[in-house]
Amino acid sequence: MSLVETLPASQRDILLKVDNISLSFGGVKAITNISFDIRVGEIRAIIGPNGAGKTSMLNVINGFYHPQEGTITFEGVPRPRMRPHHAATHGVARTFQNIALFRGMSTLDNIMTGRGTLMKRNLLWQALWTGPAEREEIEHREAVEKIIDFLEIQHIRKTPVGRLPYGLQKRVELGRALAAEPRLLLLDEPMAGMNREEKEDMSRFILDVNSQFGTTIALIEHDMGVVMDLSDRVVVLDYGKKIGDGTPDEVRANQDVIDAYLGVPHE
Amino acid sequence: MAGDTARLAEDTFPKLLLRNAALFGDRPAMREKDLGIWQTWTWSQMLEEVRAFSLGLRALGLQAGGKVAIVGSNRPRLYWTFAAVQSLGAVPIPVYSDAVAEEMAFVLKHAEATMAVVEDQEQVDKLIGLAKRLPKLKHIIYDDDRGLKNYDHTTLHPFDDVQDSGRSLAKADAGVVAAWEKHIHEGKGSDTSVILYTSGTTGQSKGVMLTAERCVGAARDTVAFDRLTETDETLAYLPLAWVGDHYLNYAQGMVAGFCIACPEGPETVAVDLKEIGPTFYFAPPRVFEGLLTQVMIRMEDAGALKRRIFSYFMDVAKQHGEAILDGKPVPFSARLKYALGNMLVYGPLKNVLGFSRIRVAYTAGEAIGPDLFSFFRSLGINLKQLYGQTEAFLYVTAQPDGAVRADTVGLPMANVDIRIADNGEVLFKSPGMFAGYYKDKAKTKETLTKDGYVMTGDAGFFEADGQLKIIDRAKDVGKLKDGTLFAPKYIENKLKFFPDVKEAVAFGDQRDKVCVFLNIDLTSVGNWAERNNIAYASYQELANHPDVLATMEKHVRQVNADLAREPQMAGAQIARFLVLHKELDADDGELTRTQKVRRGFIAERYQPLIDALYSGKNECDITTEVTYEDGRKGKLSARVKIRDVERFAANGMKEAAE
Repeated sequence: MSLVETLPASQRDILLKVDNISLSFGGVKAITNISFDIRVGEIRAIIGPNGAGKTSMLNVINGFYHPQEGTITFEGVPRPRMRPHHAATHGVARTFQNIALFRGMSTLDNIMTGRGTLMKRNLLWQALWTGPAEREEIEHREAVEKIIDFLEIQHIRKTPVGRLPYGLQKRVELGRALAAEPRLLLLDEPMAGMNREEKEDMSRFILDVNSQFGTTIALIEHDMGVVMDLSDRVVVLDYGKKIGDGTPDEVRANQDVIDAYLGVPHE
Repeated sequence: MAGDTARLAEDTFPKLLLRNAALFGDRPAMREKDLGIWQTWTWSQMLEEVRAFSLGLRALGLQAGGKVAIVGSNRPRLYWTFAAVQSLGAVPIPVYSDAVAEEMAFVLKHAEATMAVVEDQEQVDKLIGLAKRLPKLKHIIYDDDRGLKNYDHTTLHPFDDVQDSGRSLAKADAGVVAAWEKHIHEGKGSDTSVILYTSGTTGQSKGVMLTAERCVGAARDTVAFDRLTETDETLAYLPLAWVGDHYLNYAQGMVAGFCIACPEGPETVAVDLKEIGPTFYFAPPRVFEGLLTQVMIRMEDAGALKRRIFSYFMDVAKQHGEAILDGKPVPFSARLKYALGNMLVYGPLKNVLGFSRIRVAYTAGEAIGPDLFSFFRSLGINLKQLYGQTEAFLYVTAQPDGAVRADTVGLPMANVDIRIADNGEVLFKSPGMFAGYYKDKAKTKETLTKDGYVMTGDAGFFEADGQLKIIDRAKDVGKLKDGTLFAPKYIENKLKFFPDVKEAVAFGDQRDKVCVFLNIDLTSVGNWAERNNIAYASYQELANHPDVLATMEKHVRQVNADLAREPQMAGAQIARFLVLHKELDADDGELTRTQKVRRGFIAERYQPLIDALYSGKNECDITTEVTYEDGRKGKLSARVKIRDVERFAANGMKEAAE
């Protein structure tokens, strides 16, 4: 166990910091002046009612949306305007709210695509598939097999994902994100639409990813019980504004958060 | 002959391990699929792994007589643990990995286990949760480290670390290995080899103590019976704590020196089976039933030509397959057709199922339908039946090649002595017989007769050809008023072999005739209704349909005809029957959670129907309370029709219906 992991979350190094981010689409303000940070090795939840700006926030971190104001600092370096694939090559991977897998491809191949950014041989080498390209493929296949083993999906290794039940597809998607060996893993509602047992399994996998690989995780989730049990710290958004930030207990006691969830008239 | 005497010198499993490493050093002993690739350990590699772990356990403080719980699925390391623990003269105690914490606590506490070797985090969590109730449990060793990195490791050890400490001990001093082997040779056959806890379906689970020489002795008999050798191979997928797995795989594997392959995970068994192609295979009847259903469903999706080829050659197999398997005379033309069928259908089908290389396959545990049994045998799979229990270290009877039948469980195994008690209960004495229940002398005494036979609790009798037939649990067997033997489960099973009968409940104890309740199988009968344009809105409506009742009557008459052919059973033919207006359900307490009928409860609940059956009425009104899946309760009323059924004279002649 490294020294970092034994520290409480509040004293670890900051992995990602967002400062005064504002994002609007035409006249609609999706995010207004939000700042928070994500520390190395923690599980950070972003919660809030529908339309609070959670997924927008994730898309900003992911480089998919470009905020009109504010700065993002990743691993101590301020990040310029970037494309999503830059984010991927710089150690950020994600899953999607509405599963985005290649439905006709097998579980194995889907997870293999997650290794794409790590493959060094060019198209020609890979087409010839000899020497270094073959060695490289074996290396990546081993990494993928380790993920398959970790997520306990050996039995669907060769099944086209379109045929899999929803809960398993979510797991495959997590596998693909893990395959990129990210330093920051973004999970957009990893447990949406799951039954209780599937949720428990998924929670276990998220905790295991965090403890086994030391991956920092930022997740959006609706199920309050799950969020409070899983996360080290929670940031709460409502109508694009930050209304709370802290440990699950602090957030639970925050009057603004209670109001946002139970509903009070906004003036 | 010298070899034989040398062989008999090995009366414990660790001694057999040393022998196998010497005799078959380079032959495969274990396989496991890891990261998608089959890994193999030879007998000499396995000896090294076992030795390292064993020395590591001793360094942790395990001594002769100590108890070590083993919890998990079929992993090579857990099989090694058995041998490693036994090498030290300690006793391994496998525990069902799906046991709830409560059951696990009972077993570990009762066994006074000081160490536990477990598969993964799930089991570690269970044991940590029980720590307060298990003060004697000092060390937990785990195989798979996923999610365990941040746990407190004062009493928790990775399997690798224990092996490493064993290896460094062996490296530091060569004498350690010699002493370890010497200790094995000093082990006695009368030592307890393993304690297997019964699953506890009938009350609190009991620890069945088995001694090494009896385990090895029993395994020797069956290995010789089926001519198993070091070239055989099995796939270990049955629960580690079940006597079947410990016997069929661990004990027979050690004695014969064959290779045990461990599947990648519980869900991958079907694929792994196909890849390994075992030569020895065991599965309970429901597994075979599942396979048959799968084959039939897939065939229905196949093209017309394929379907015709399949059905033509399956008919050929049905006619001649079993005769060819048993080596009976078959016309040359039939052999030719069968050979062609083997090329086109049976061979590929067996390959898909992973049965291409099977030499010996067994099924046991419950009655198997004759059609189901014949299907697999007619493909050329040497499927046989055996009868046994934990107290016997599995085998009591088994069917020899060439004398296989669907309705019996075979001849007594070599050196097994069977007696039928006056009440019909099967009693036995066998080489693998248990030494007693652990810490429960009273129960041991209850299970043994005065002259040392084990009471099985099952009722049965011998057929004319010497094969044993098990009919029911002894306590459920009753008598009709005229003294005729009445075995409800035997009758119910015969009815349930029809695919459109889901459940059957037979009554007759202390009454003048046998009557039954039936439940139709909604899927199967519903399919039939759809094909015949019969509209129905509910189970109740379909169950009451005149055509359905007519089909059921035909089935019951068929069962009566079958029973008439058996002298012991002819008197207990079914006089009247009715089809229940609702499906029997565990939520209403009519079935146990393992889907067994609770006859007494059903009789009480449907008292008016029973009265109507025995009073000669032709229909009866009944209102029943039902519990829906969400817990709400409702009432269900129906008018149930009752039918009389033709009965046959004992020699098969018709007898006037009452």
